[in-house]
Amino acid sequence: MVIDSQKMKSLAEATSREDVAGRSLWADARRRFFSNKAAMFGLVLLVFVTLFALFGNYIAQWSNEEIDFSVMGMVAEQGGPSIANGHYFGTDDLGRDLFARTVQGTQISLAVGIIGSAIAVVVGTIYGATAGYFGGRLDNFMMRAVDILLAIPYMFVLILLLVMYGRSITMLFVGVGLISWLEMSRIVRGQTLTLKGREYIEAARAIGVPAPVIIRRHILPNLIGVVTVFATLLVPNMILTESFISFLGLGVQEPMTSLGALISEGSGTISYGTLWQLAFPLLFFVLTLFGFFFVGDGLRDALDPKDR
Amino acid sequence: MIVYILKRLAIAIPTLLLLIIFSFLLMHAAPGGPFTQERELPAQVLANLNAKYGLDQPLWKQIASYIWGIVAHFDFGPSFVYKDRTVNEIIAQGFPVTLTYGGVSFVVAVVAGVTLGAVAAVKHNTIIDYFAVGVSIGAQVLPNFVMAPILVIVFTLILGWLPGGGWRFSDPSYWIMPVIALSTSYMASIARIMRSSMLEVLNSNHIRTARAKGLPGHRVIWRHALKPALLPVISYLGPAFVAMITGSVIVDIYFSTGGIGKAFVDSALNRDYAVMMGVTILVGALTILFNLVVDIIYGWIDPKIRY
Amino acid sequence: MALLDVKDLSVRFDTPEGEIHAVNGVSFSLEKGETLGIVGESGSGKSQLNFALLGLLARNGRTTGQAMFDGKNLLSISERELNKIRANRIAMVFQDPMTSLNPYMRISDQMAEVIMLHKGLSKRAAIAESVAMLDAVKIPDAKNRVRLYPHEFSGGMRQRVMIAMSLLCHPEILIADEPTTALDVTVQAQIMELLSELQREFGMATILITHDLGVVAGFCERAIVMYGGRIMEEAPVDPLFETPTHPYTRGLLDAIPRVDEEQEALRAIPGNPPNMTGAPKGCPFAPRCGFADERCRIETPELLTFGEDRARACFRPIEEVAA
Repeated sequence: MVIDSQKMKSLAEATSREDVAGRSLWADARRRFFSNKAAMFGLVLLVFVTLFALFGNYIAQWSNEEIDFSVMGMVAEQGGPSIANGHYFGTDDLGRDLFARTVQGTQISLAVGIIGSAIAVVVGTIYGATAGYFGGRLDNFMMRAVDILLAIPYMFVLILLLVMYGRSITMLFVGVGLISWLEMSRIVRGQTLTLKGREYIEAARAIGVPAPVIIRRHILPNLIGVVTVFATLLVPNMILTESFISFLGLGVQEPMTSLGALISEGSGTISYGTLWQLAFPLLFFVLTLFGFFFVGDGLRDALDPKDR
Repeated sequence: MIVYILKRLAIAIPTLLLLIIFSFLLMHAAPGGPFTQERELPAQVLANLNAKYGLDQPLWKQIASYIWGIVAHFDFGPSFVYKDRTVNEIIAQGFPVTLTYGGVSFVVAVVAGVTLGAVAAVKHNTIIDYFAVGVSIGAQVLPNFVMAPILVIVFTLILGWLPGGGWRFSDPSYWIMPVIALSTSYMASIARIMRSSMLEVLNSNHIRTARAKGLPGHRVIWRHALKPALLPVISYLGPAFVAMITGSVIVDIYFSTGGIGKAFVDSALNRDYAVMMGVTILVGALTILFNLVVDIIYGWIDPKIRY
Repeated sequence: MALLDVKDLSVRFDTPEGEIHAVNGVSFSLEKGETLGIVGESGSGKSQLNFALLGLLARNGRTTGQAMFDGKNLLSISERELNKIRANRIAMVFQDPMTSLNPYMRISDQMAEVIMLHKGLSKRAAIAESVAMLDAVKIPDAKNRVRLYPHEFSGGMRQRVMIAMSLLCHPEILIADEPTTALDVTVQAQIMELLSELQREFGMATILITHDLGVVAGFCERAIVMYGGRIMEEAPVDPLFETPTHPYTRGLLDAIPRVDEEQEALRAIPGNPPNMTGAPKGCPFAPRCGFADERCRIETPELLTFGEDRARACFRPIEEVAA
């Protein structure tokens, strides 16, 4: 999954034009967003997945830690999806309820995705707006630092970190958040640079409005469009990163789980014929990614309508 | 052009040094030394070990000699776990494998992605375009760790056409699944980027000029549209390269291909910091080198940044 | 017979917001060696009209009507046949020289490919021709500068390159689409002078598209005034300026600031250019017209000839408007 930087640039241009800024931009965007079928489909997916993560436990007949001893050892024969014994999605290899585990996995994956993206929003916006607003040497230095960090194979460093400092969910959040803000800061910086040249901001500076006030009042509101779209598209990327690490067994620790960890377990046992152990986590994984992807794409097209 | 390359080099070398120093400090700061084990080692043994691996030296000396070893002899030092093997030997064993299927995957992703994206743009709003968009959106949610088990289910368990794992240089049937698993989602990303940039270029003024010259459609595309449309793809190649090297870890684990990803994960599980650092630095160096090549290609295509 | 005879040409674009009627039933003709100006503000359809002639519309554009050139209808012949005419017999100079040249190719390659394609010359000969043409448009040191990239030229120089490129095959018709709009005022005059000189030297018919009446006055023999995708008035330049017979033409002329008269304020035409979405109804200028009545808003006036060589599309009597 990749966030097309060219489209982001075009979006940044579209949302920073003076003639379209203001209320009508958002009203038009809302109308376009709600008439975009793919975006609505994505929104439905997201609502479904979120409801599943939040309320799935109330439907589950088993907890995610309980082992059902009646199927243990005979998972391939008796652990399949069944309404009768309450394992709607079947059981995992140990006889634990896969429905409950998928609910938990979805919770963790969503949390990692959203928190990772939120870190990116906060850090990336502050960093990028600062670099762009003050410009000059500071900007040069800050952006060179971003270039260097982007050239580092972060996944290897992240795994290095996880191994050295212990695997924990906090570490995972920190690790995922550490890299996610880089691209965000670049986009925000570019947008800030454009905005800075605008007459009304030059006017504000000329009458001595302090920099933090200008940034808060005039720059940040104009960044909302780009940042929202980017943050939405970043969520699935964060989920992918977490899943990757969990697939390697370096992510969340048992008995906690994530979609990536479940996919890893499921794909390890496919040769025994327990296909459901891969299918259900994979389904929710794919639905979540599609959901964020379509909504993010729809938001962008709504704010930057172009025939593509 | 030479000045431009030198400028790029001037950024690449410090980046690499920073990466080495950063990973070294990270390792140094890690809780517990490399020889911390469940059973406490006698103090004398520990001191001897530390002396043997140079860990009793001041930090700056350790870093200096580590960097010197890499720069002068391409030597990443001894493994901390396997007493009789050096990091170089461990890496040298897996590297050719990674390089082979990684290279093939990269070429497949770029060629297929660019073709798919370009054709979709040229046939904008036709069935072909919708098909290409569908494929590239679908493949986005199929990262390597999802593709790998799906491929095994289909081609090994159901059809029985391909070996489910292992690696032989002489038998390309061992290559197919690793390559597909690794390249699919990047192929999709490249196709999306190519499509949108090609559409943008095809709507640009200089393409109208080319059409006004009376050039036939295919010449307009080959001579005038392709180069500028490739620029965004080329900027994406750097990140794609990093992502594919990272993905090779999954391929190595899932298909037991025995590339450096395997060495990396093994060393991660064994806490063999020396090997982990060696792999990280090697990958970092490759990335930086690759980005340098990408920058040069970019400068070669776009005369405006060639100064 | 006229060199180019356009009849009832319309251009529509399909957009998500609806169908845009960019050009509505335009007819005109162009004689050999004639200079014709097409005047109108942005959005009047003047550029799209000319793009349609050479099949250069955006993908979502559709054309109806006919445009006869050398016995062929340009709007219905195959792309292959059209390619033999493009640049070879009808050439075009575009508005924005910054983006209309390919930024990734040397000028030599961009120019040479035109002659190689249409005249079958070798690359070496084609480059020699290109250098000669660059000399003709007064680019100093053309021999060496032909190897440069577009971004190494100034805006005015780039437009000279564009003009040289369009003249390579000695076309019978040159269409110049706002050739000076993107340039500095001093450079504008130079480019117009150059075009004028070349037009006399090569004797080609020229269509000059512009929003600048002054440019038309200096360059053209005859002019068409367009508004809302329709022709409002057509006349030889001198009478057009002396006695405009259409309210829109009058408005345009009144809006030109004059140095020789005292003026309190610029007299702009009130209102905004029309929204072209959906099928047009009535005279497109009616909402901004001081002379308009109920009929103008419902019926569309036809372009009717009067006098020897003039035509207008307006219901109001000539005397009333021209007064």
